[in-house]
Amino acid sequence: MKKSGILMVIGSVLLLGLFIYPLWNIQLEAPQYPDPLGMNIYISGIQGEEEFDIQNIDGINHYIGMKKIPKPAEMWEFNVFPLVIGGMAALGVLLGILGFFKVIGPNWFLGWLILMSVLGILGMMDFNNWLTDYGTDLDPKAIMKLTDSEGEPLSYKPPLLGSQKILNFTAHSYPKAGAYLMFTGMLLTLVAWWIGKKAKATVAK
Amino acid sequence: MKNIFKIAVLGVLGLFIQSCGNGGSSDQKSGAITGNAAERVYVAPGEHDEYYAFLSGGYSGNLTVYGLPSGRMLKEIPVFSQFPTNGYGYSEETVPMLNTSFGFVPWGDAHHPDISQTNGELDGRWVFINENNTPRIARISLETFETEEIIEIPHSAGNHSSSFVTENTEYVVAGTRFSVPYPQRDMPIDEMKGNFKGPLTFIAVGDDGRMKIDFQLKMPGFNYDLSHPGRGDSHGWFFFTTYNTEEAHTMQEVNASQNDKDFIAAVNWKKIQEYVQNGGGEEIDAEYAHNVFDHSTQTATSTMENKVLTVDPREVEGAVFFMPTPKSPHGCDVDPSGEYIVGNGKLSTDLTIHSFSKMITAIENEDYEGDAYGIPILNFESTLAGTVKEGGLGPLHTEFDGKGNAYTTFFISSEVVKWKLGTWEVLDRQPSYYSVGHNMIPGGNSRKPFGKYMISMNKITKDRYLPTGPELEHSAQLYDISGEKMELLLDFPTHGEPHYAAGIPADKIKSKSQKIYRLDENEHEYAATSESETKMVRDGNEVHVYMTTVRSHFSPDNLEGIKVGDKVFFHVTNLEQDFDVPHGFAMIGANTSELLIMPGQTKTITWEPKKEGVWPFYCTDFCSALHQEMQGYVRVSSQNSNVPLKWTLDDEEIN
Repeated sequence: MKKSGILMVIGSVLLLGLFIYPLWNIQLEAPQYPDPLGMNIYISGIQGEEEFDIQNIDGINHYIGMKKIPKPAEMWEFNVFPLVIGGMAALGVLLGILGFFKVIGPNWFLGWLILMSVLGILGMMDFNNWLTDYGTDLDPKAIMKLTDSEGEPLSYKPPLLGSQKILNFTAHSYPKAGAYLMFTGMLLTLVAWWIGKKAKATVAK
Repeated sequence: MKNIFKIAVLGVLGLFIQSCGNGGSSDQKSGAITGNAAERVYVAPGEHDEYYAFLSGGYSGNLTVYGLPSGRMLKEIPVFSQFPTNGYGYSEETVPMLNTSFGFVPWGDAHHPDISQTNGELDGRWVFINENNTPRIARISLETFETEEIIEIPHSAGNHSSSFVTENTEYVVAGTRFSVPYPQRDMPIDEMKGNFKGPLTFIAVGDDGRMKIDFQLKMPGFNYDLSHPGRGDSHGWFFFTTYNTEEAHTMQEVNASQNDKDFIAAVNWKKIQEYVQNGGGEEIDAEYAHNVFDHSTQTATSTMENKVLTVDPREVEGAVFFMPTPKSPHGCDVDPSGEYIVGNGKLSTDLTIHSFSKMITAIENEDYEGDAYGIPILNFESTLAGTVKEGGLGPLHTEFDGKGNAYTTFFISSEVVKWKLGTWEVLDRQPSYYSVGHNMIPGGNSRKPFGKYMISMNKITKDRYLPTGPELEHSAQLYDISGEKMELLLDFPTHGEPHYAAGIPADKIKSKSQKIYRLDENEHEYAATSESETKMVRDGNEVHVYMTTVRSHFSPDNLEGIKVGDKVFFHVTNLEQDFDVPHGFAMIGANTSELLIMPGQTKTITWEPKKEGVWPFYCTDFCSALHQEMQGYVRVSSQNSNVPLKWTLDDEEIN
């Protein structure tokens, strides 16, 4: 259980990378922007890749009536996400230590991973809802009102993952270092559970 | 008359020699263009040129920026002339830049750009340029590509032997081409001889670039034509060519061309610097403007100075000497090692090269052949390193490639000649089209030239381009000088009359080129850094409008309460913080110019409405898809109306 407990601690600690590195990144590329405009999405707020990118994205978006990119105080997520991530990391470390001293069994690790995955999926759904709202809830006085072939208002929602053409821009939406650290951490906790279970089975024999 | 006849004969002879040199080429127009010349100057769309070239605009008063090898003009930087294109010299912020002791001077004659140096190598901080007509020197930032400072040179006239910098940009110099009474006074012109002076001014340059006149050297009343600093061993010296050592006051064309030899003045500025630091020299009255543009307030201020320190060269032991040089020498060029000083004897067929080390020996041995107004004249033979014989006719300027070769322009025989330092043999000659003045190799007058390209700046354009009526732009030509023979690659038209240029590898400055002005650093007195700060303020008959621009509207865009007879100040702040998103501002009937405002900048233009009505203003720079809609109205009421000041955007009052 020792090895398994250590892995569980490491895996949980990797979540804390989200406090330093962005979770996600959306880049907007257009002929007029040889250096693409970009925003980094952190668990505590959205920042421009370059200092004035957010201001410039807002400036462009106003033509099609999109809302401004929210400030941290304008979205509850940016207050809750850090608490959830911090809490899950602390819980994971605690479980790892308890596992190390054989106070608890490896299934607790799996339990943590399932909870983390559920929260993660909820987070992604929430993020996707925000993107949808951001891309479709447009100012009725928008300067340019564009419709698709069916006559429906055009959605400017950037993709959750991947690249997509939106008017003159190509939007690229991909995970960043924070997300990769989180995925690696979660994978490590799965390994921790698996090793722990195997060790237990060996002892039982 | 005899001399003119001689020149004419030489001219004919020169043409003969030249055509022989070309092997009687029948296709003179294209010269010896190699097959792949187009490829070698082609810079593909989206690619950058290898070098920046800063060409003086001559009588345009400005500085133009070109890319080499493409010859594409990238920008015109306003320096000494009003520039309605962006409001320079019209906007309240920049009018002080053109202030002088003669009042506001809207125009200048810009001559010789020179890039700042550290240890004798181009450092790309600033480019300096002189104004010949109303003597001034300007300093242009190579981060903003804007004129930051202009200093007037008192007691001088025809500031031609300027604006060259010393090896560590300790000094930038100004000379006097038209000797004048010193200080100015009312006197008969024909009493010039012996009574006029030709002051040489040494302007100290601070680490922040700020210029300050350190001292003025009261030289005899010759005409100081061009100059260059010593470098390497000769660092600490400055060399100036002279003409009209005859001190003729009329018909100089003939009367100033009588002496077989004029002089190169060698000035040991280090000695004089020491002398003034120890309290030497005399402070005399002067009146000159010192204009500085402050980037935080984005506003220029003009200060009138009233004293200058003058130094009599005879008072400083071993500081100034004359080296006899044939004949009315024009360019004064120092090779990269600092050993050779080239006198381009304009009215001669030969180039005279002095040796710095021989000059020092001659000074030590007091090897003099006389004196001029108490300044020792060194023996011609004692300083002479060599002569380039029959290089051509009318040598003007020489640049260096850093590989032991020199390149001289010959105005009369219209050619560029390559010769070897030390052996003085002519290696190659190429015809130029036509009447070449200056030439330039990037870094060609520093310790470290970049000897790949050379441009020549030609005076006559004639049949080189499609004709455009009697008035033509001048022409420059690009040569590849990396091989043994010079190869002509390209003709490109230039703006104004370039008198000289300075070139630098693009890598040395392009990454420092500023993209925007930061709005949070905007300290302009009348800036509105957000739309909520926009307003109108009346002060008597002056109305100050604090206005902003952002794609694609002005705030406010409806203004009321202005009356006939008011003076309206539009202080326009561009709120954008994105690269290359300027906005313009133009007001119907304004007797000023438009404004072109860069992101984060505030600029001010005045408007004095003369008629009642509702008058539009608009953005002049195609800023966005909604540019055409970027417009507004000003209501102008009668002089005694009581319409209150009201400023709105989208029918809402702003506060």
